[in-house]
Amino acid sequence: MLQKLYDWVDERLDITPIWRDIADHEVPEHVNPAHHFSAFVYCFGGLTFFVTVIQVLSGMFLTMYYVPDIENAWNSVEYLQSQVAHGQIVRGMHHWGASVVIVMIFLHTLRVFFQGAYKKPRELNWVVGVLLFFVMLGLGFTGYLLPWDNKAFFATQVGLEIAESVPVIGTDIKTLLAGDPEIVGAQTLTRFFAIHVFFLPAALFGLMALHFIMIRRQGISGPL
Amino acid sequence: MHRGKGMKFVGDSRIQDRSERNTIPKDYSEYPGRTEAFWPNFLLKEWLVGAVFLIGFLCLVAAAPSPLETQADPNNSAYIPLPDWYFLFLYEQLKFEYAAGDYVIIGTVGIPGLAFGALLLAPFLDRGPGRRPSKRPIATGMMLIGVIATIWLTYESVAAVDWDERAEYSVENAVEHEVDESHPGYETFVNNCMSCHGGNLEGEPGLGPDLLDLPHTAEVLQEIAVEGIGDMPPGMFDGTDEELEQLADFIIENTSTE
Repeated sequence: MLQKLYDWVDERLDITPIWRDIADHEVPEHVNPAHHFSAFVYCFGGLTFFVTVIQVLSGMFLTMYYVPDIENAWNSVEYLQSQVAHGQIVRGMHHWGASVVIVMIFLHTLRVFFQGAYKKPRELNWVVGVLLFFVMLGLGFTGYLLPWDNKAFFATQVGLEIAESVPVIGTDIKTLLAGDPEIVGAQTLTRFFAIHVFFLPAALFGLMALHFIMIRRQGISGPL
Repeated sequence: MHRGKGMKFVGDSRIQDRSERNTIPKDYSEYPGRTEAFWPNFLLKEWLVGAVFLIGFLCLVAAAPSPLETQADPNNSAYIPLPDWYFLFLYEQLKFEYAAGDYVIIGTVGIPGLAFGALLLAPFLDRGPGRRPSKRPIATGMMLIGVIATIWLTYESVAAVDWDERAEYSVENAVEHEVDESHPGYETFVNNCMSCHGGNLEGEPGLGPDLLDLPHTAEVLQEIAVEGIGDMPPGMFDGTDEELEQLADFIIENTSTE
C-alpha cells in the first residue's frame, strides 16, 4: 500500500532523486566514531542542529502561553513556570537549550577551524556558518528580554546602549530595535518578540538550508 | 515500473524524457576505507547518540529550573545589569580603560568588529593550501589567542559577580509583603527610607535589608533612623519630630509578616 502510494507520487513528481540527495550516501571512515573514537568531534555540528530543533519545538510551545506585552509578559512566564503542567520543563528546555546551542556552535566552529576544513572549495559554507553563529547570538540577545524580568530589562538596556555607540547609524539601530531612541518599553518588547520569533528564525532556516545543501554538494572534508 | 532515479522532463511538456533512464548517479565514496551507508546504519547510531544527549540535557533541565527574577521595574536604580553568560566576554572588555569612556567605540565596535570580521572572512585571510594547524601558524595562533581571551574574559566577569546577592533578585526569594499606604507615616517612609528598604519594607538587594519582623521598639527605631546602625550611615532621616514618630509607628505596625 505504502509502496503503491510512493510509486504513484514518484511517477508524477520524481521524488527519488530528492531522497537520494538527503539520505542515500556513504559515511566515510574518518568521520565515523565507530571506527575512530576521536571522530566524535564531527558530532558537534549535528548536535547543534539537534538542539536547534529542540529550540524550535519548545519555542513553539512557549508561544502558546507567552504574551508579548509589558503588562502580561512576566505574568504569563510566571504562570507557565509555576502553574502549567510541564511548563517548567518546556521553558527549561528553551532556556538551557539557548546556552547549549552556543556551546555546540562554538565547538563545531573550533573543529572546522583547526582542521582547516574551510579551505577551498568550502569557503562559502564557512561564511554561511559564521552568519548562522551571528543569527544565533541575535536570537540569544532578543530572547533574553522576553520574560520581562529585571535581569532582562536592564541587560537589554545595556545592549541597546552598546548598539547606540556605533558611529553615525547608532541611534537609528537603537530606534529600529527598541522602537524609540530613548525608551525601553512596550514597543521594545513587541519588536524583540517579532525579531526573535519571525525575523531571525526566517534567516536561520534560510542559512541552515544553504549550509546543508552545500555540505551535501561538496561532501565532508577529507582526513587531515 | 519506472522508479524515478534521475528522470528528466522534456521542456515544459510534462512528458518524461526516457533517453537517459539508466544513468543512475554513482554512490558517494570519495574516500577509500570502511565507509558506511548513512541510511539506515549510520543514522541509527546518530539516533542513539542523540537519545543519550537528550537524556543528559533533560537531566540538566530537571535539575536546574530556569531562573526568573521579579517583574521588570524601570525605576529600580540600584539594579546591576548582567547579560547572558555568552555575552559576558563582550561586556567584560568594556571595563578596560581603552575600551570605555571616550574610547568606548573601540570596545563596542572596534575589537568585536575586528574579531568577528576576521572570523567571517577566515577562508580569505588564510589562503594557503595546508590544512594542518601546524602548517598555518598565524591562523592557528590568532584563533588560540581569540579563544583564550574569550574564555579568560568570561571567567573574569563571572568571578566578579556576587552570585549569592544576585540570587536575591530571583522571584522565589522575593518577599511578598504589603504595607498600609494610608498610614500617616507612609509618606515619610517613602521620602526617607524607601530607596534602600523597598516600597513594601522588602529591602533592596545590595542597598538595604528588609524591615520585616523587627524586634525593636518605637524609640529604638527613631534612634536608628537618625543615627544609623551597622552599614547604615547617620542622618538618613530628614524631617520633624512628629514625622519621626509617625515613621516609627508605621514601621512597627507594618513590620509583621504574619
